[in-house]
Amino acid sequence: MLLIPCPWCGPRDEVEFHYGGQAHVAYPEDPGSLSDAEWARYLFFRDNPKGPFAERWSHTAGCRRWFNMVRDTATNEIHAVYRPGEPRPVVA
Amino acid sequence: MSAHDPADGLPEHPERLWSSPEPERSYDVVIVGGGGHGLATAYYLARNHGITNVAVLEKGWLAGGNMARNTTIIRSNYLWDESAGIYEHALKLWEGLEDDLGYPLLFSQRGVLNLAHSLQDVREGVRRVNANRLNGVDAEWLDPGEVGEVCPIVNVSPDVRHPVLGATYQPRAGIAKHDHVAWGFARAAAAMGVHLIEHCEVTGIDVEGGRVRAVQTTRGRIAAGRVALCAAGHSSVVAGLAGVELPLQSHSLQALVSDLLEPVHPTVVMSNAVHVYVSQAHKGELVMGAGIDACNSYRQRGAFHIIERQMAAALELFPVFARAHVLRTWGGVVDVSPDASPVVGLTPVDDLYVNCGWGTGGFKATPGVGWCFAHTVAHGEPHPLNAPFSLERFTTGALVDEHGAAAVAH
Repeated sequence: MLLIPCPWCGPRDEVEFHYGGQAHVAYPEDPGSLSDAEWARYLFFRDNPKGPFAERWSHTAGCRRWFNMVRDTATNEIHAVYRPGEPRPVVA
Repeated sequence: MSAHDPADGLPEHPERLWSSPEPERSYDVVIVGGGGHGLATAYYLARNHGITNVAVLEKGWLAGGNMARNTTIIRSNYLWDESAGIYEHALKLWEGLEDDLGYPLLFSQRGVLNLAHSLQDVREGVRRVNANRLNGVDAEWLDPGEVGEVCPIVNVSPDVRHPVLGATYQPRAGIAKHDHVAWGFARAAAAMGVHLIEHCEVTGIDVEGGRVRAVQTTRGRIAAGRVALCAAGHSSVVAGLAGVELPLQSHSLQALVSDLLEPVHPTVVMSNAVHVYVSQAHKGELVMGAGIDACNSYRQRGAFHIIERQMAAALELFPVFARAHVLRTWGGVVDVSPDASPVVGLTPVDDLYVNCGWGTGGFKATPGVGWCFAHTVAHGEPHPLNAPFSLERFTTGALVDEHGAAAVAH
C-alpha cells in the first residue's frame, strides 16, 4: 500500500486515490490527419516500463484534484509528485 | 499417510521429471518464458509438428511465475465466437490431457458459477449463456435457489447488500493442479528432446534485416531460427528488446489461500460485481482471487486494501468463511490488453512471434494456446483459432471485447 504525497494535501493513504494511467498523453493536435495506425497508437498503446513511470493520480477522497507522479513500477519507490502543467522532473 | 490425511489421493512424482542441459549455441526455435504457455508451446511443437530442436528459456525456475500463482480455474464461457473458439479448444484438450501427457493433473470438472448481483448482471449472464450454447459450449442459467443447490454455502438470501439474483453455470468447467500441469508438459516436452533451461534470462534480441537472429542471455548468445515470446507479465519488456511495442499494461493480481478445511465448497464461484472468486483446492485450502491492483506494477505482491475488499466480498457471499484463517497471500504480474483478450501471433519482426495479453485468465487456456501458438510458430502464420487475436486488430478495430466475461476487474 502506498503513502502518496498529494501536492496539495500532503501524504495520504493510497485508498484515498484513483489511478489514471500514463501521464503526458496529449490529444492529437490534428485528429483529422491521423492514419488508422496513428489512431491505434493514441488509443491503445501506452508505455509499460519496468522502472520509473510518469502517471496520473486523482486525490478522490481528498482535494479531488489530479496530479502527476513518477513511481518506479519495479520497486514502488515514489521519485516525485508534481502538478498538472508542470514538466516531468528529472529523476535519478 | 493416515486414512484422513487431506493429501490422500495426491499422486507420487517420479524422481526426475526433466533433465537440465547446458544451452546449445543454436536452436530452430527459442521460446522465451518457461511457464505454462511456454512449456505447452514446446510440447505441441514437438508432438504436433515434429520440431524438437527447441529451447525454453526461463529467467527463474520453470513455472515459478504466474503458473505458480494463479487460482487454477478452467472454463470456456466467454461471450464472443473468437473466444469460444480458443477457450473451448483448450477445454476439450484439458479433458484428455492427463492421458495425453501420461501424467496426473488432478483435473476436476466441478463446474463454475458466475454470480449476478444486479439486473444488468442478469442480462449479461443470460446473454452469455445463450451465446455459449450457440457456440456449443455447455451453459445454464440458474435462479438463486438453484445456485444454492449447486453450492450450498453461498448466501442466496435477498437480505444482503449485493443479493445473488442468479448465475451462469458451466458444468464442464473446473480446476486442475497447476504445478502438475507445468510438470506434465515439461516432462513430456523434455522426453521428446526439448531443452528446458532455467536461470537463463533473455537480455537482448538480435534483429538483422527485419528478421530475428538470436537472443542474448545471461548464459550467452543463442542463435534462433524463430523466437516465440511467452513471457506473460513481462511481455512488454521482452518484446521491447526487439523494438516491438505491445498494447499492454502490467499489473499485480493477488490471490490468497486459507488454512486446510474439510470439503465445504463443491464447485467454483466467481462474482464480478463484489469481486472474489473461490474454489477449494484438492488438499483443502480455499483459494481466493481478487481483482488487479489499479496501478501499473511489476512487483509480485500487491496492496493490502485489495485483499480487504476481496475478503469483505467473500465473507458476504460465504458466511461460513468467517471461521477460516488466511494462510498466505501472493501476487503475479499480469499483462492486460485494451479489450481483455490475448495477443497471439506474428510481430513486425520476421520469425518473432508473440503470445501475451492473457491478463488475468491465461491458465485455463494453457493447452489451447500451446496448440495454436505452436502451429503459428511452425507454419509462420496464425492458426485459425488465434488469427482473430492478432496485433493488427488494434488498428483495424476488430477488437474482441471480453471485459464482461473476463470476470476479473481490469
